[in-house]
Amino acid sequence: MLKIQNLHVGIDGHEILRGLDLEIAAGEVHAIMGPNGSGKSTLAQVLAGREEYEVTEGSIEYESQDLLELEPEDRAREGIFLAFQYPVEIPGVSNTYFLKAALNAIREHRGEEEMDAVEFLKLAREKMKLVEMDEKLLQRPVNHGFSGGEKKRNEIFHMAVLDPKLAVLDETDSGLDIDALRVVADGVNAMRGAKRSFLVITHYQRLLEYIRPDHVHVLLDGKIVRSGGPELAEELEERGYGALEQEFRSSPNEAAVAAVPA
Amino acid sequence: MTTAVETATIETSTVETSTVEKTAVAELPQLLADHEAFAAGLSAHPESVAALRRAGRDRFATVGFPSKRDEEWRFTNIAPIARTEFAHSPGSLHGRGAQDLAPFLIPDTVDLVFVNGRYMPELSQPEALPEGVVAGSLADALESHPELVAEHLGRHADAEQPFVALNSAHIEDGAFVYVPKNVRLDRVLHFLFVATAGDRPTVSYPRNLIVAGESAELTLVESYAGFKGDVYLTCPVTEIVGGANSTIDHYRLGEEGLDGFHLGTLKIQLERDAEFFTHSVNHGGAIVRNDIQAYLGGEGIHCTLNGLYLSRGTQLVDHHMRVDHAVPHCNSYELFKGILEDRSRAVFNGRIMVHEDAQKTDAKQSSQHLLLSDGAIAHSNPQLEIFADDVRCTHGSTTGQLDEEALFYLRSRGIGREAASSLLTYAFAGEVLDEIRLDTVRKDLEEFLFTRLPKGDVVRQAV
Repeated sequence: MLKIQNLHVGIDGHEILRGLDLEIAAGEVHAIMGPNGSGKSTLAQVLAGREEYEVTEGSIEYESQDLLELEPEDRAREGIFLAFQYPVEIPGVSNTYFLKAALNAIREHRGEEEMDAVEFLKLAREKMKLVEMDEKLLQRPVNHGFSGGEKKRNEIFHMAVLDPKLAVLDETDSGLDIDALRVVADGVNAMRGAKRSFLVITHYQRLLEYIRPDHVHVLLDGKIVRSGGPELAEELEERGYGALEQEFRSSPNEAAVAAVPA
Repeated sequence: MTTAVETATIETSTVETSTVEKTAVAELPQLLADHEAFAAGLSAHPESVAALRRAGRDRFATVGFPSKRDEEWRFTNIAPIARTEFAHSPGSLHGRGAQDLAPFLIPDTVDLVFVNGRYMPELSQPEALPEGVVAGSLADALESHPELVAEHLGRHADAEQPFVALNSAHIEDGAFVYVPKNVRLDRVLHFLFVATAGDRPTVSYPRNLIVAGESAELTLVESYAGFKGDVYLTCPVTEIVGGANSTIDHYRLGEEGLDGFHLGTLKIQLERDAEFFTHSVNHGGAIVRNDIQAYLGGEGIHCTLNGLYLSRGTQLVDHHMRVDHAVPHCNSYELFKGILEDRSRAVFNGRIMVHEDAQKTDAKQSSQHLLLSDGAIAHSNPQLEIFADDVRCTHGSTTGQLDEEALFYLRSRGIGREAASSLLTYAFAGEVLDEIRLDTVRKDLEEFLFTRLPKGDVVRQAV
């Protein structure tokens, strides 16, 4: 489904991703872990098409297409979803109506019929249950005045409604208490299936106790330095990122680059 | 309190006088050329009105058109107006008919239509109104209720200002409303001022007077409209008097043709416990200048002055606000938003004067511009002059582009770039739209935005 080869990405002249390779097959759940500044969020943003990031080398192939050629909206319509680490507040734009417009844009692209308000509300109510989200949040402007936890649930709710093929979760667990984390993880687990893949980006191993990944990758200084099964996450939890950094960093120069926040 | 006001006024007039001599004298005869004959034709009017006309003529003959060297006109170049020859053409539609005016009418209102400054009964739909209410043309009221007119006409707008003077010189017709004490007018009044021109540019000077008695309530809309290709100048003055404890909901819609000029003044005079709302909406005109001044003359007044303007091409829209807090315990709120495209320009000048006695004043002012192109320019200038020591005055001014983060967020959910931009632009305007209480005006405006914004159908779905 997704094939990333030798990806180099920079912003404002700083190189953040430095030769990243990653392959995700349909139905798989991959987790990417790494310390702050390792390039996790950059990877998420590049996959969704954020223009500020400059891809200087490498390729991303998604469903046999050159992903880098697609505009952000076309990626979404082709089935890529990014759950933002920091969901954006948009006063004046209704959470429900916006999501309906987004869903209909995607449906139109797929050649499906537009969903009317009644059908949409039925779907929305059903999906809200999945993340135990308060129905009041439907009426409010997008993320406006939402608590941190509500914003993250809202992201998963959007994901559930938009029904993507590849969902990228960018630190969706950060800032969540254990109850909220469980709800979010249950929502994700309910959506797992043979045709849908997930890329779960996290700083904490805790999330992976609830969303069991098929593969775990460690990102350090813009490169995947180790890959393995779920047991790799446990090893990281025990040893910490510090040990890993010592093991893999070859020069102090690279450490300085890694300190640039991604 | 008076010291501050007088100082300010004197300063202004000094500047005006000093700039006149070189720039405007040559232009004067044109706009005032037919004045003698014009005034002679109105000999049936009360002497007080004739006196206003003479004073206006003399004042404008002295000061003429302000230039960019005048502080109050620094960013608004009206040379294109000053060098155009305009002719009076009251009542002439220049080949247009009622069907052309239909888009400017507002459902569920009493539409009263003026063409090039003159009331047109055949295009209007007057209705029977509660006893004692007078609503119609100023020319008629000068005959039927001269004493009601004389009590307020010309007593509130600042006669020193050049375009108040120019308008006063030409007082002939306009809107007149009188709602007596304790009367609530349920029907919404809509005064539509349409300008038209043929081969020659035209000028009109609507003179409007709105008086709400003690505890009276009314809602009214003034709209100014024209057609693309018609070159004209509309130079209106509206004086609104809100009596003690009155409630007035007022709208000013600027839908001038794109080759039309508008130099308008709105003066609001409020007495104690009055509640006043105005919304100025503008998307028309080549050059539009609105001077909006509110004088809060009694305690317990709530005054809201909001505005929304959209400009494109080379349009220039200028709002000069002045709010005078003369006495304690009054609130004023100003929220103005501008959406600028292409190489259009906007000016917002917001002066708040809190006079010495006006303790416990609560004054808020916010001016926000959204620039949708690199070539658009906005000048925003808040001016707070506070002579009391126990007040709360805040002002904020922002000018910026669409939020990139928000755009990306919307696009990442499948909304196209244009639709996402339009959605955020609409949301920017939304704060002002939401405060519009009159449903028909708000819905018309929403519909206008859906039509104007690219991919407006997506916006219509999503808000």
